[in-house]
Amino acid sequence: MKRTIIATVNNTSGVMNRITGLFARRHFNIESITVGMTENPAISRMTFVINVDDERGLDQVIKQLYKQVDVLKVRDITDEAIVARELALIKIVAAPQNRGEISALVEPFRASIVDVGRESITLQVTGDQQKVEALIDLVKPYGIKELARTGITAFKRGTKKSVFDGPKYSIIN
Amino acid sequence: MSPKIKEVDGRELYTGNQEMTGSSMLIQALARENVDVIFGYPGGAILPTYDEIYRTGIRHILARHEQGAIHAAEGYARISGKPGVCVVTSGPGATNVITGIADAMIDSLPLVVITGQVATTVIGTDAFQEADIIGVTMPITKHNYQVREVDELPRIIKEAFHIATTGRPGPVLIDLPKDVSTASGFFNYDQPLDLPGYQPTIVPNKLQIKKLADAVTNAKKPVVLAGAGVLHAGGSAEFLEYIEQQQIPVANTLLGLGSFPGTHPLSLGMAGMHGTYTANMALHEADLLISIGARFDDRVTGALQHFAPNAKVAHIDIDPAEIGKNIETAIPVVGDAKEALSMLIAENGTPSHCDKWKQQIADWKSEFPLWYKEDGESLKPQRLIEMIYEETNGDAIVTTDVGQHQMWAAQFYKFDQPNRWVTSGGLGTMGFGFPSAIGAQFAEPEKQVVAVLGDAGFQMTAQEMSILQELNLPVKIILVNNAALGMVRQWQELFYDERYSNSLFPIQPDFIKMAEAYNIKGWKVDDPKEMQTALKEALEYDGPVLMDCRVTKDENVYPMIAPGKGHHEMEGIKP
Repeated sequence: MKRTIIATVNNTSGVMNRITGLFARRHFNIESITVGMTENPAISRMTFVINVDDERGLDQVIKQLYKQVDVLKVRDITDEAIVARELALIKIVAAPQNRGEISALVEPFRASIVDVGRESITLQVTGDQQKVEALIDLVKPYGIKELARTGITAFKRGTKKSVFDGPKYSIIN
Repeated sequence: MSPKIKEVDGRELYTGNQEMTGSSMLIQALARENVDVIFGYPGGAILPTYDEIYRTGIRHILARHEQGAIHAAEGYARISGKPGVCVVTSGPGATNVITGIADAMIDSLPLVVITGQVATTVIGTDAFQEADIIGVTMPITKHNYQVREVDELPRIIKEAFHIATTGRPGPVLIDLPKDVSTASGFFNYDQPLDLPGYQPTIVPNKLQIKKLADAVTNAKKPVVLAGAGVLHAGGSAEFLEYIEQQQIPVANTLLGLGSFPGTHPLSLGMAGMHGTYTANMALHEADLLISIGARFDDRVTGALQHFAPNAKVAHIDIDPAEIGKNIETAIPVVGDAKEALSMLIAENGTPSHCDKWKQQIADWKSEFPLWYKEDGESLKPQRLIEMIYEETNGDAIVTTDVGQHQMWAAQFYKFDQPNRWVTSGGLGTMGFGFPSAIGAQFAEPEKQVVAVLGDAGFQMTAQEMSILQELNLPVKIILVNNAALGMVRQWQELFYDERYSNSLFPIQPDFIKMAEAYNIKGWKVDDPKEMQTALKEALEYDGPVLMDCRVTKDENVYPMIAPGKGHHEMEGIKP
């Protein structure tokens, strides 16, 4: 099962290495990992999307993370009201005559064209994973030359009631 | 600000803020941590620290290989309960201690390892004797530090000692670049610790303790599996009191031997691959299994799908990650074993009515004890261990390597006292037994220390005989010599159709001459009739001794749970 886990960690050198090393040697399966500074420059926040077999596997991941001296707090936020976003850059084949069509196509996704080449354009999209994947599927027929995704970064929403129970993928999101 | 120097136990200690070099800070901090002995080996990048060792006269034991130093620090830590301190240089000095660090990590021994490092100005340039020891030891240390600025050094050393010795003990490494050790900074060791990410749970949850006490009351077939966690917590007295209050039979893990008296009527002996039939059958049939400070290692559990199939599992462990790691746990208790046992004693639950169970256990014990067959000609290794047990009144500190001799020592030396047993359990390190005996002797200078070693393992760290010679350290080396890598040979016999690939030694050194080269007295014994007298003489000898005991060459360790089998499928039990 896929779980989203956030951890706050000391922003010291090698801390990323400690965490990824731990995941590798314990055979935990990471799908994506992002890291960045928080409001406190001494502390970083990491967001992992991991794949575990069962509850016990998940429990181990969290406990092993906690064993690291540089890890301050770990939380599985999969089932909570969260804001989860990733950014993707997609370079697609785009002859001049297709550009208008593509532009119209990606508009509802609030994706923007951030670079234009002679034979290609580069789109930038931000949103949850489903949205990003939907856009990728949509532009696939044009031919994807290059694709870079940042992986999910996430945290809990300010108020708990805002759990959105509808379809996870929405063009307004 | 003028330096204030106070004397504590003959040591000069600075108080307040005092300017000094990094290496002075290190030695000052070691004094503040009450370190009375360092095991190590000098080299280029650690020279400033060795200069400070020379100047201050802090006790340093010079090994002849860094592996010897680190295993000695482990033996010292295991017996003294204090952190073992090991100082080595960068590059090869640091990489030579890796086996010992990994060994201490898996067996939870508190170590503070200080490695020299090339200067910060050349780190990352593949400088002479540079190795990325932080990267290398990240997975095998509880935590590690590279000191970048001299001012961080006091905080780092203080944190290192705290992390190594609290919670689940383990090794902490400090990588000290040469320019940091010569730079000047302010030494202040009185700042409080600030480790928000490291807060081990010591006192268990009261509700869980109550649950556990009720589970004992309701159990029909309870059994306790006790590991080294009881010893690390210093909880043997509480453990005995709890067991006598509740009358629960006790099986020990290999590393847990001595946490409960081996000759006690409720002791089942060691569990696991070469454990007793009684301990393993008790685990197999139990309806309540209480693990205290043990981590369900595969050598203890055998095949997991057959392990304790009927038992509700309660697990007391200071490391929450061990609970539920290998075995589904019904009653998790996170905390220090001694605290948990004290709370259980205070809870004073109604003991279980399990007379039938205890009768069953008594029957197994008398019907299937540990056994071996005398052939009347050769010296049986099991008999050799029994003789050591008899001649030391069961009170010696025994150290071993890994393999057959280790299993025989675990089976036939009945440890009644805690902290008499030093062995490499999790990592299974050959070459561990001899240097760890040296460390143990420093921890307990008045005690008889017996290093029971295989002839193969001894040859991996035999150079440390220099320490015995230099300090006339009365360690007794007893080689259980079968001219083979005994356990490898046994597995090749049983599982590889007797194809003895590289496990038999056609040529061996003359161990007596080897000992004599270090001015150590040697005895060679191959006649079982002479063994006891020779052993007595050797143990009474005032000084280091090496006994080359030629034992039966093709003796196997039994009983045994073959790989992939369960506890109920033991082979080689007493016919």
